[in-house]
Amino acid sequence: MTETKDMIFIDGKAIGFMEGQTIMDAALSAQVYIPHLCHYPGLTPSGNCRLCVVEADGRKVAACTTAAREGQQISNNTAELNAARKAITQMLFVEGNHICPSCEKSGNCKLQAMGYYLSMLEEHYPQFNPHRALDASHPDIFLDRGRCILCGLCVRASHDVDKKNVFAIAGRGADARLIVNTVSGKLGDSNLDVSDLAANICPVGAIMFKEHGYVTPIGERIYDRQQISDVALNEHVREERR
Amino acid sequence: MLSQHSESKTGKNTDADFMADHLLHQLHRLQQKHRHIPPQLIAEVARESGLPVSQVAAVVNFYSFFYQQPVGRYHLLFSNCTSCGYQSGEVNLLALLCQRLNITPGQMRTDGVASADETSCIGMCDHGPSALVNGVPIVNLDEDRIRQLCDLIAANQSPDDWPADWFQINNHIHRPGLLLNTPLQCGSSLEKALVGDALLMLESIVQSGLRGRGGAGFATGKKWLFCREAEGDTRYVVCNADEGEPGTFKDRVLLQCHADALFEGMTLCAYGIGAEKGFLYLRGEYRYLLGHLQAVLRRRYDSGLLGASILGQAGFSFDIEIVVGAGAYICGEESALIESLEGKPGIPRIRPPFPVTHGYLGRPTVVNNVETFIAAAHIICYGSDGFSAVGTEKSPGSKLLSVSGDCQTPGIYEYPYGVSIQQVLDDCGATQVQAVQIGGPAGSLVAKKDFNRRISFEDVSTGGSFLIFNEKWDLLSINRNFARFFAHESCGFCTPCRVGTRLLENSIGKIADGRGTWRDVDGIKQLSGIVSRYSHCGLGHTAANHILDSLQHFPGHIRNVLAQQSFTPAFDLDAALETARQLTQRDDADAHLK
Repeated sequence: MTETKDMIFIDGKAIGFMEGQTIMDAALSAQVYIPHLCHYPGLTPSGNCRLCVVEADGRKVAACTTAAREGQQISNNTAELNAARKAITQMLFVEGNHICPSCEKSGNCKLQAMGYYLSMLEEHYPQFNPHRALDASHPDIFLDRGRCILCGLCVRASHDVDKKNVFAIAGRGADARLIVNTVSGKLGDSNLDVSDLAANICPVGAIMFKEHGYVTPIGERIYDRQQISDVALNEHVREERR
Repeated sequence: MLSQHSESKTGKNTDADFMADHLLHQLHRLQQKHRHIPPQLIAEVARESGLPVSQVAAVVNFYSFFYQQPVGRYHLLFSNCTSCGYQSGEVNLLALLCQRLNITPGQMRTDGVASADETSCIGMCDHGPSALVNGVPIVNLDEDRIRQLCDLIAANQSPDDWPADWFQINNHIHRPGLLLNTPLQCGSSLEKALVGDALLMLESIVQSGLRGRGGAGFATGKKWLFCREAEGDTRYVVCNADEGEPGTFKDRVLLQCHADALFEGMTLCAYGIGAEKGFLYLRGEYRYLLGHLQAVLRRRYDSGLLGASILGQAGFSFDIEIVVGAGAYICGEESALIESLEGKPGIPRIRPPFPVTHGYLGRPTVVNNVETFIAAAHIICYGSDGFSAVGTEKSPGSKLLSVSGDCQTPGIYEYPYGVSIQQVLDDCGATQVQAVQIGGPAGSLVAKKDFNRRISFEDVSTGGSFLIFNEKWDLLSINRNFARFFAHESCGFCTPCRVGTRLLENSIGKIADGRGTWRDVDGIKQLSGIVSRYSHCGLGHTAANHILDSLQHFPGHIRNVLAQQSFTPAFDLDAALETARQLTQRDDADAHLK
């Protein structure tokens, strides 16, 4: 049994890990995909989307926030987990206003790509049709909260990497929403810049650049060419810095 | 006044203004003064406290008792619990009040005089329908009282001058047991503990087999030992007095009658783990107890039971501060409570690490509830043998139950662990009982055939809530109430709970309205599985229990109201045509679907 040292087993496959790595870290370094939306390698994990929930030694845990432990037996790509992931993705769809055909992010959107990856054919749950404020006060960037999935990636990117702390999530339960850290609450009063990681990391169409519509045609976009399960294996904050 | 003689080690005093700079307390004062906290005040607080505007805004947005739109000079929050709620009697008291004052729930009357809304259980379940009037509980409400109250508001009379008996809160201890029967002399257990060293004291707690009374039942002695051994130079003791589980009110009574024993238990813990600072996190609904608790603290400082060199023991110093919450059930979860203590929204942390190693400010922290600390004080005073002789093997000691709902004598009942549900029902005079919800909405719904089951960690576990429903109740209305509660209290952090609890609320509502089909029941089962297995914390893990219990034990209640079609739409088709009817100014039979 000495073979199990510094190894975890994901769906039976032995994967090495280093002390301090999470199950997600170890999996991604070994090119094993665990579905995720709120995680981005290089940023502090949050564990809010719950797509990366795996079964580790019989317990359901978020892979992005759970430390890898030697000998851990992990189920990841199973029918049960993928069915739950599909349901959670559907929840994210109905909670916001995600109308892919009219969204500029279509093809570059991780929520949409996740839907395709999980064979989601319909949204299943009744739509919430929320009314959430749009913010177009910034000269270069606009905020469409209707498409926000509350993953908090922009919050962490701005705080940890850009060192600007532009965003936060406020409100409880159904009222949870992305807010801007300015007295007016307006993005235009913030020092967010188009080159900031926070402005580029949004997985959906909530943080968008103005005057940059359809530069890459539909059909040739990121997830038109590759599955999210492949793209996600090569993501890291350091590649994102301009 | 107090600062003259209660200087603590840190040089701070312990008077009523202690912790005045805590964000929740600052915001409370602003809310009281301005009746809401608009953006300019948020910015001001942020500037003065050196916090990001977004953090202050997030806190204002998170807690129910902070408002961004003004509330009335008379602001009434009616409990919506099944026991102390505005619909627990025959008449909808909130609707009655709104009608008489000419207000809409959740909106201030345009003249700024009054506003009313509902709030989650305020812990007055043994006092009939209750509400908070400008934050102060007013109990035993009925139609008459609502009418009088509306007249007093119309006459512009201050709540301070309203009849005193409306605010009279009794303890209703109907069955005292191990803890309630044997009160502690102030300082007696500390004196005993200080005879030996801290480890000896901890050993007694371990020996007693005491388990946390909040419901999860983690071994208290083990928790204290873990914290003592955890790496770190500073340790904290935190008392969770945020009993938000609907139907629970035993902490209210303990805080009122046994505050000394509680503070003594916290001080013992401090001695055991080597902490110099403790917090009592009091739920906002119990703010009215603050003056009393501060008086008890003051007395203990004066008697040398808190502060520097406790009971003359050099090097043993401990201070306790009180932090008052602002309306958020989730803060009963220990890591959310710690976030709240740190002046943040109460969003549960990722665990592990657990508070015993990374708690308040990232330091080792023991979090126990009120009853647990009091039990610990008893154990040290009277010995662990006497404690573990009571109860069952795996659940030593006694449990305080907050009994309410359909019974003759709602109130506090203390039993040795292992008492049967039927015994409790007999003692409180409950007849024709259909079901008992034990442990609150997050607990279990127990049907009559299971009334021989026992209250204990190994059988039916509870933090203390014991809600009795007689045969008159439509259980579906209870599910609807609970589903609404969870959707309202979900912190919104994780997807399954944030979205799932709302979907559950809507599905239960659809069925209760008579529009549900078997398809919806299957959907609820699937959804319940996702919410309970994939959520981030205990709120989500338990949010669907009541529905699954209902489906298992009372399938008829749901089956009987299902529509016969295999599918009905999620929305009411006829109601959806309302806008079209208004636009075309039609309301004839042909403009309706039914």
